[in-house]
Amino acid sequence: MGASVLSGSGKGAGMPARRDYSLTGPDARRAVETGLAAAQWYHTEIPRKAMKELMQRSDGPAIRDTLIWFAGLALSAAGGVWFWGTWWCAPFFAVYGVLYGSASDSRWHECGHGTAFRTQWMNDAVYQLACFMVMRNPSIWRWSHARHHTDTIIVGRDPELPVRRPPRLGRIALDFLGALSAWQAMAAMLRYATGTVSEAEKTFVPPSERPRAVFAARIWLAIYAATIALALALQSWLPLMLVGLPSIYGAWHHVMAGLLQHGGLAEDVIDHRLNSRTVYMNPFSRFIYWNMNYHVEHHMFPMVPYHALPRLHTLIAHDLPAPTPSILAGYREMIPAFLRQLSDPEHFIRRELPPTAKPYRWELHPELAPELPEARP
Amino acid sequence: MSGWIEVCDADDIEAEDVMRFDHGGRTFAIYRSPDDLYFATDGQCTHEKVHLADGLVLDDTIECPKHNGRFNYRTGEALRAPVCVNLQTHAVKVEAGKVYLLPA
Repeated sequence: MGASVLSGSGKGAGMPARRDYSLTGPDARRAVETGLAAAQWYHTEIPRKAMKELMQRSDGPAIRDTLIWFAGLALSAAGGVWFWGTWWCAPFFAVYGVLYGSASDSRWHECGHGTAFRTQWMNDAVYQLACFMVMRNPSIWRWSHARHHTDTIIVGRDPELPVRRPPRLGRIALDFLGALSAWQAMAAMLRYATGTVSEAEKTFVPPSERPRAVFAARIWLAIYAATIALALALQSWLPLMLVGLPSIYGAWHHVMAGLLQHGGLAEDVIDHRLNSRTVYMNPFSRFIYWNMNYHVEHHMFPMVPYHALPRLHTLIAHDLPAPTPSILAGYREMIPAFLRQLSDPEHFIRRELPPTAKPYRWELHPELAPELPEARP
Repeated sequence: MSGWIEVCDADDIEAEDVMRFDHGGRTFAIYRSPDDLYFATDGQCTHEKVHLADGLVLDDTIECPKHNGRFNYRTGEALRAPVCVNLQTHAVKVEAGKVYLLPA
């Protein structure tokens, strides 16, 4: 099977013409009223014995990968510093930036789930470091990600919904440059440091956790202030090239990979096969991304550690849409959908399941059923 | 609900594993620890209504399959976010190769 998509439009019954993506608006209330919030999601059936094997934790792979990551950071930083003042520093900072600004995204993610290492303090330590590097408050984002898994791409519920309809293409382009997200992250850090958690964030962060968000923001603020002070003292950008700016100039890879997770796919369905994308990637990207290219599998079974996702992928392939064969293929699928959504916000990429798959739970999203024979009763 | 309830044969649960048990309109999780002791808790996570029996037993902890929150299944203590509320535990005994539960 080739690219397993059918382009479709969701102009069925119950689909509003314009969505409100805020977490406190009418679509948030609609999601709760219609049962889309905290719903029962589809899971491929896997024998308990096989699932237990897939869920098993090990320190080995993550220690190995973390040592490689740290070594890469140290060597590329050393090269950047050594050649600072010449153009030869550029390739070193290009590598350092991706390791700092993008590899930290996947480390934040895996260690946030607590699945990367078997030993919890290792998960916690790498999580805190990665949060700082990717500029995500450790408390706010731990809880936002829990909500993302509860209500994946449910409008009004998912705080990590990546692309709204119609998509703001300029914003997506700025995200690749890292500037906009870094600016927003700095503004959020200052807000948390003053003790302010927004009303939207209060919908998913419990009161007991908010002081931790404030504490972390204040620590970060002190680190950034010290870095800026050092840069001023040295009359050099070099300290900021090592701390802070890599979150901007090295963000492109995690933005590129992250957009593929759900970009252009269905909203308001409770089947990860419909709203998530598994993409085959090159070994470099898989290292940076820690196998999150197996994204349908991850969402369906978040307790499976990153190093076991390829095995899970093989085990449940019969029940999933064919994977997108490459990053390029993913963008060839997404970009036309984004462009069409500019004039038709109800348009989305509709996944086609193989004949061996269990059908969609069509009764939960009937707007899809008429065009999907396998989804009919 | 009162009195001990027969759950299963002791060998029906592997060491360091968990099994779901529904009774009287309630759902429970029955655990067998790595050292072959048996424990029981409420069957669903206190964060969201997810069956813990689909999760992973690691030493003395049960990890929720949905959000990776963790509890100590011996004490019910919530150990790892996003769980914040402790889990109700229940008494368990093994007699003549059978596991019995006494709901709290």
